[in-house]
Amino acid sequence: MAQIFHPSTNTISRLTIFGAAFVLIGSTWALGVITRSSYVNQVGVAREQPVPFSHKHHVDGIGIDCRYCHTAVEVGPFAGIPPTSTCMGCHSQIWADSPMLEPVRASWRTGESLAWSRVHDLADFVYFDHSVHITKGIGCDTCHGRVDQMPLVWRQHTLYMEWCLQCHRQPERYVRPLEEVFNPRWSPPPDQPARGSALVREYDIERLTSCNTCHR
Amino acid sequence: MSRTRFWRSLDELAGDEELLAALHREFPENAAELLDPVSRRRFLELMGASLALAGATACVRQPAERIVPYVRQPEELVPGKPLYYASAAPRFGAAHGILVESHMGRPTKIEGNPLHPASLGATDAVVQAEILSLYDPDRAQVVLRGGRITTWEAFLATFAALISEQERRGGAGFRLLTPAVTSPTLARQLQLLQQRLPEARFHAFDAAGRDNLRRGALRAFGEYVDTCYRLDRADVIVALDADFLTAMPGSVRYARDFADRRRVRAGQLEMNRLYAFECTPSPTGAMADHRWSVRPSGIEAVARAIGSRLGLAGGAPALPEGIGEAWIDALAEDLRARPGRSLLIAGDAQPPAVHALAHAINAQLGNAGETVVYIDPVAAAPVDQLASLTDLVAAMGAGQVGALGILGCNPVFDAPADLDFTAALASVPVRFHLGLYRDETAEHCHWHVPEAHLLEAWGDLRAWDGTAAVIQPLIEPLYDGHSVHELLAALLGQPERDGYDIVRATWQEAWEAGGLASAGSASADAAPAGAPVAGRTTGAPGVGAAAGPGNDFEAFWKRSIHDGVIPGSEAIPRDAALRADWDLDPGGLPEEGSPAEVAAGRDPGGAAAGSEPAAGQAGGAESAAGQAEGAAVEVLFRPDPTIHDGRHANNGWLQELPKPLTLLTWSNAALLAPATAERLGLANEQHVSIEVAGRSVVAPVWILPGQPDGAVTLHFGYGRRRTGRVGTGTGFDAYPLRTTAGFWDAPGLVRRAGGRTRLATTQHHHSMEGRDLVRVGTLEELRATGGIDVPGGHGHPPGPAESLHPPWSYEGYSWAMQIDLNVCIGCNGCMTACQAENNVPVVGEEQVRAGREMHWLRVDRYWADRLDNPETFFQPLPCMHCENAPCEVVCPVAATVHGDEGLNEMIYNRCVGTRYCANNCPYKVRRFNFLAYADAEGGGVRQLGRNPDVTVRSRGVMEKCTYCVQRINEARITAKNEWRPIRDGEVVPACAQACPTRAISFGDINDPDSEVSRLRAEPLHYGILTELGTRPRTNYLARLRNPNPAIAGDPAGAAVARAADSVEADADAAIARDTDPADTAVAPALADSRGLP
Repeated sequence: MAQIFHPSTNTISRLTIFGAAFVLIGSTWALGVITRSSYVNQVGVAREQPVPFSHKHHVDGIGIDCRYCHTAVEVGPFAGIPPTSTCMGCHSQIWADSPMLEPVRASWRTGESLAWSRVHDLADFVYFDHSVHITKGIGCDTCHGRVDQMPLVWRQHTLYMEWCLQCHRQPERYVRPLEEVFNPRWSPPPDQPARGSALVREYDIERLTSCNTCHR
Repeated sequence: MSRTRFWRSLDELAGDEELLAALHREFPENAAELLDPVSRRRFLELMGASLALAGATACVRQPAERIVPYVRQPEELVPGKPLYYASAAPRFGAAHGILVESHMGRPTKIEGNPLHPASLGATDAVVQAEILSLYDPDRAQVVLRGGRITTWEAFLATFAALISEQERRGGAGFRLLTPAVTSPTLARQLQLLQQRLPEARFHAFDAAGRDNLRRGALRAFGEYVDTCYRLDRADVIVALDADFLTAMPGSVRYARDFADRRRVRAGQLEMNRLYAFECTPSPTGAMADHRWSVRPSGIEAVARAIGSRLGLAGGAPALPEGIGEAWIDALAEDLRARPGRSLLIAGDAQPPAVHALAHAINAQLGNAGETVVYIDPVAAAPVDQLASLTDLVAAMGAGQVGALGILGCNPVFDAPADLDFTAALASVPVRFHLGLYRDETAEHCHWHVPEAHLLEAWGDLRAWDGTAAVIQPLIEPLYDGHSVHELLAALLGQPERDGYDIVRATWQEAWEAGGLASAGSASADAAPAGAPVAGRTTGAPGVGAAAGPGNDFEAFWKRSIHDGVIPGSEAIPRDAALRADWDLDPGGLPEEGSPAEVAAGRDPGGAAAGSEPAAGQAGGAESAAGQAEGAAVEVLFRPDPTIHDGRHANNGWLQELPKPLTLLTWSNAALLAPATAERLGLANEQHVSIEVAGRSVVAPVWILPGQPDGAVTLHFGYGRRRTGRVGTGTGFDAYPLRTTAGFWDAPGLVRRAGGRTRLATTQHHHSMEGRDLVRVGTLEELRATGGIDVPGGHGHPPGPAESLHPPWSYEGYSWAMQIDLNVCIGCNGCMTACQAENNVPVVGEEQVRAGREMHWLRVDRYWADRLDNPETFFQPLPCMHCENAPCEVVCPVAATVHGDEGLNEMIYNRCVGTRYCANNCPYKVRRFNFLAYADAEGGGVRQLGRNPDVTVRSRGVMEKCTYCVQRINEARITAKNEWRPIRDGEVVPACAQACPTRAISFGDINDPDSEVSRLRAEPLHYGILTELGTRPRTNYLARLRNPNPAIAGDPAGAAVARAADSVEADADAAIARDTDPADTAVAPALADSRGLP
């Protein structure tokens, strides 16, 4: 009686078994890569906006403070997106006829809000509060990156929980003097660990890592 | 005080085996099972699909979101921070001051207004639930004419023509029907309308109206006065079928004042004493130090007995069975010993004679002006409502009504049956209705105008003490709603005036005239002949200060709206002189007595003595014939504790809120005493037919310990035929039995009817195995021994104190809760507050039966001792936040973990739904989303009302009380932003905030000066199931009673059959009889009265 399986089956089955392991590991790895890719977390992807508003121009070029537009950042959970009236404060005088600004003028005329694309979007089960981070000496660019260098804003960091926890576990690595919070050009001094630790004590910063700090 | 046993239901008392089996299951039967049948094929399909799609969910990118800023942002608005607006909500016809939380223009929660005298910062469940009604998609949405959609403009056009035609005829034939008018603006508008249409007539009717109170005042003083009670001044209180803690205008305030006199602390061992005579069990009776069940016919005899001992003429009739003469002697002695510091309160359902007696006794005791404050009527133009409605129906029947407006009431559903309102209504040529829902009355009217919700329109209301508040809208009407003021303005020919102008004009007028207290209520026919303006000073002193020369109205108006209270508008206490012939004489009926009262067969005095033995006989001798012929009983009609007269029937929160004492949800029932049920051989949920004056309804039975024998209580308001998807068809309608003669109670017959309705009760859900979790003692005991005796603990040895692990040290805050059982009145206000704050879904009747209700906080009700008149205890039970939490160690995915500040945290996005935690929780406080309840509540408009600070949970996720961690975090952030620690009292969980009696305290136990720390040092402090070693953070203060020593003993003449029997004897008897088929006795009543399948 002839053998049912050809000798090459041995090789094939060995390859299949090892192959399956590689495929499994490979696909897990691929999944990990995809999850952390900018396709999923949108890091570095500039968002189209109804008006191509340039932070680079307004902040770096003109020197407008963050809080001129994001008025609620020191008092509320959301930094606040400026109402059309804020834009029109200047743009009824400057560039008043620019075609680029037509959506803004249309909003002002009709009372219809501008609909901006959200760049920094935390998961819905995360509750974040801007004001307390500002109060305790976390600069805008720590999370948002050098917005003053962005023509169109993109996400600088993943906003993953592990990323949040880096700072919640070791705030001394990121905290800065209060007067530098809104200064995008601030960079950590060489002795940041020592200075940071001093600031953590001075500002009475807690390492809040309980789940309920953000999830509720 | 030794108590053998606490019990939650009759089955538990009887040791019913099926119940015990049910209790030993971790979840009620069917709670954990899939209810729909699943075939093998279907199972494989589902599993295959799940497997194939597993993991795919993680590959979804976050959807793109838009940020839509304002075009012009309101100045005061900080995105993400709520704003609070003061307003007022009607409760029992009077204003309850509220603060409404608004997130970016969406009202999300109602809280009490600390500046408002009726609230002092607290609310009850019904006021809390108004927010859900705002977002009810079943509310009337469009103007209807003959059932077809039309417009407000069409309505205006038609009615402009109608009014000008009426004007030519002087308004003869034009009638309006409203509830009692406590809105000064509405009163002013009605007055203006009266000037325009001099012949028009305005009627008032409330299904749960206070006619008896008015008639009683008329009888005692010859004029209408309102009565306010000062419970803060009362040492001894006697409630004559008066549920003043939860069911009267001003109840929330009364509860607070009452509780403030019962907060026993070390070094402050003082308590007031409450005696309650009750026709049906209520929270007030549960709080009483002495409580007696009395049939309605017996209350007057009790009042007279008290009166005669205090020196009132008129003699004392025989006391109702079960009440010893010696007890009344002792009670009267207690009252006499505290002149000016005692108080008698008569309930709204009591006949005028009882009210008059209460007035007379209060006068006799010198309480008038001390604990009892008389004021001019708060309602404008108070009338005898039953007479008013009878009058209207007669006029309609006689064809004298050409046009009838029914504004904000539902008489087709709730008018007394003998008037046959619906038939008479059909003869009116033009009928229009303004209402929140397209209800039964709307169906019978030509025009229906949707009414704006109280959060949608301007208005004003007076509280029970006369204090006026402006109702300010928080949102544009969601539907095409209009307020009653806008409708009246249209009738006045000023359709263009909006609500704000109308309300403002009222107060500007009043302010300029200097009479805020009387604004609106000064109509010429405000009171009957000789109307009282004696004792009132025009221009209240409070107003002088606020509105003196030089002050401008604008500032005053802004202040009023901001504070939610119009300064100087409270009524001024006045004297009310008892008429010489206020009449204790049994024969004489005052001329004001309405036909209804006479017909009710309750002619004062005579009835008490006369009908008592008759009813007694009905209870006993006829029992044999009872099953076939029906047993004679007294049938009581009472408004439902949650949905009131039916107006809140479409509110899911209120439908699902367990009713105090019965713990029924989604339905009413015929409440029977155990003895009555035993005689009739009835068990829980079996149908009975109840017949009153030739009409009958069929209702399921609910056996309620503490209900007087021979009295059946029917809560009206259920059985709505037309309201919305939530309320239509729930329960049975008791109104067909209610007549003008028997408005609050009537003689009737009860007989068995075939059939059974399964009721959704929560009384056995989340049982903690009957361990003694409530601790009770007496004030005397505490004074003598400095503590209370806890009989036997739970029969468990104390748990090990030592641990292998080093103790965790909390360096920052360490949160804890303390609940004072001594002041918890079991009103369930905390439950609704929690539901509103934490986005807790409504699950529906079917799911409640399966034990799947989602309330994070439940209020357990325990009974102790006698079956016929048990002591009743309430115990609110939120999560204990155990230090050694049994739930945490069994979670395979670490979805429930311990936080740095001692909180037992529940992380929804980690939870995979194993339910091990709920299984391992000895307190049974965890709730599982068996179905997608939050989605089932509907998206769309309902979503607008959710608290944006709390996650809405999806299916398959466990949830539980978080100590309102969102409020802790908010306080933490505020404190950090202000560079200071969180102050004691700054974090107030929703339950504690709503609590009328402030029974719940919350704070940091690391701070030795915090309120919770101080309470933990109290002798009454205890934790529950501590022998398990869980170290709960939610702790309790034991309940105390303050019985009269002269009564506490067993006085001679105590005729209560079972008084001496112990609980065991009762239960043993029940079981013994169970085996004897010849004796139908307690057995069926107990064995079949299951709240479980």
